[in-house]
Order: sequence, then C-alpha cells, then structure tokens
Amino acid sequence: MSERIKTGDGGIILTNAEDLMNWARLSSLWPMGFGLACCAIEMMASYASHYDLERFGIFPRPSPRHSDVMIVAGTVTFKMADRIRRLYEQMPEPRYVISMGSCSNCGGPYWEHGYHVVKGVDRIIPVDVYVPGCPPRPEALIGGFMKLQEKIRGEHPLAPELFLEMESNLAAEPS
Amino acid sequence: MNFQEITGIVAAQFGHHDINTDIKGPQPILIIPVEQIALVCRFLHEDDRMYFDYLACITAIDNGAGLATMEIIYNLTSIPYGHDLMIKAIFPRNLPEETLPVVPTVSHIWRTADWHEREAFDLVGIHFEGHPDMRRILLPEDWEGHPLRKDYKVQDRYHGIYVRYEDGPRLD
Repeated sequence: MSERIKTGDGGIILTNAEDLMNWARLSSLWPMGFGLACCAIEMMASYASHYDLERFGIFPRPSPRHSDVMIVAGTVTFKMADRIRRLYEQMPEPRYVISMGSCSNCGGPYWEHGYHVVKGVDRIIPVDVYVPGCPPRPEALIGGFMKLQEKIRGEHPLAPELFLEMESNLAAEPS
Repeated sequence: MNFQEITGIVAAQFGHHDINTDIKGPQPILIIPVEQIALVCRFLHEDDRMYFDYLACITAIDNGAGLATMEIIYNLTSIPYGHDLMIKAIFPRNLPEETLPVVPTVSHIWRTADWHEREAFDLVGIHFEGHPDMRRILLPEDWEGHPLRKDYKVQDRYHGIYVRYEDGPRLD
C-alpha cells in the first residue's frame, strides 16, 4: 500500500493515444435501439435497472447514425433482411454487430423448415460477436458486450495499415 | 338456435340439393358450394333469426395433389344470440401452371375478412374475387409461391441470400 494521500492534485496518467482511443470507444458503445423478436425482451431487460447496461456506457440510440453497435436480437426474416442491411449501411464506421440468440446466429429452430428465416444474420452483414442462447439471458448479452470490448481493446485505429502488415510479416517469418 | 335449425333455414333459402352437412366431428359443419359463399354469408349476417355478426376465423387447407382439392372454412359467431356455426366449401386445386382457385370474398360483409383472406392468399394461394386489396400480408411482395401448399418448394435465393440452411455460405 502506498503512503501517499490521494488529493487529486497533479495526478498524471501515462498512456498512448491508441489505448486512450480504444478505452474511450469501448466505454461508450451505443447500440442501435431495435429488436426483432423475443431476444429483444431480454435485451430490454439488460438495459433496464436490474442489469443496467448503462454502467458500461451502453444505452440505446434512436438512429443508426448515432450508433456504434447493432444488436441483432431475434429472428431475421427475409422480409426484414433488406431493412437490416440498410440500417447497417447507415451506421457510421467503426461499427460492430452482435448477433444475439440462436435465430440470428444460425436460424435457430427455423433452420430446417423455416422458409421465411435467414439462416444466420452473418449471411447479410458481418458479425463480430455471437451470443448463444434461446433467448440468451441478460448476463450472456453482457458477456457478449465484454467480448466486443476485448476486441476493441486490441484494435489499432491509429497505426497505418502498411506498418501493421510489415509487423505481421515479421512475426510470421522464422527468426 | 342449434345447428339443425340453422341448416333448415339456409336450406330453405338456397335449395336443399346444394347444402350438405358433416356431423361426425365435435362441431357440425355446414358444407356449401364455393360460388355461393358470399351469398350465404350475407344471408347469415343479415337474417334476424341468426345475425352472425362476428367472423372468428377463416381457415384455408390444401389437400394436396392426390385429392386435388382445397377447403376453406369460416367460423362464425353471433354475439347477441351466442350461437356458432362452421361453414366449409371444397373446391378443386389448381395445377402449377394454372391460375389460382377463385373464392368469392366476404370482406364486404365482415371487415375482418380483409386480412384473413390476404393471409389465405399469401400462404395457401387462393384468389378472393372482389377483395379490395389482394396483396400478400406476411411474406415480402416479391416472394415466389405459397408456402402452406403441400407441393411447395422453397425458392433457391431471395435477393441474393440462400434460403436453405445447407446451401448457404457465410457472407461473401
């Protein structure tokens, strides 16, 4: 234990710009406020006071233009597929997708006879995190968000692509 | 008013040879010719003795290529009198290249039939003659086929997305 008294005066945090940016982005993930089926009920429960997603800086936004992450919570029908694709395209980058529940992961119980269901939302938009469950409990969705935060923590928003490429080539070469 | 009395009134109005009954099941069924559906329904709705003011449900059934028939079933209730009636019509089914079977609409008698008939059109493929807005109600407008038909084969792709689980790769 340190003997220093915490006064708040002259406190300094040393970090680099990349970590700071990643920390800022992963601490205010704003999902798009929309739901498709029963998973959306669990999603709403996660937003509400019991599970309180806002303590992670996560709260739903009314427009795709404000959103960082899309939670596909529920069954994606073919009728909805075009709309989901359009909403995803309206989101500004960087953007992430959480696929919540079996239906959105792979078609769920509709995989065989559901002529109307897209067999996984990853057939129309790229997915970052899959949350299993039918429906997943709020804890599972929070787990999904934490996985996404982990992913963002490892990103390099400032490094030039060429540098990253060289670095990965160097790592692949036997020394 | 019981089923026998209703059948008697309808038979007296529309002729005995066209009206059949099926009393084997738990709920007796009045079977009428398909072209007379709208006329019989209007009579049942307007006649003071029966006054069927509530259409609870329309059910459409495809019996498949073997029997080559389809059925449409109407469940009626009279709220003031508290009596019920099930009417059914059986009619031939169309082959894939033929036009859809035609049933007269009852949407001008009960407004609720509007959406019920659209659903029957969407999923079973029955054309309701005289319906004000004969469009699909559940599936997208450019969907192919009527899924609740016995010989339905799902289309390969919809807007570029593979429909069947097994032949769909992930996002390309």
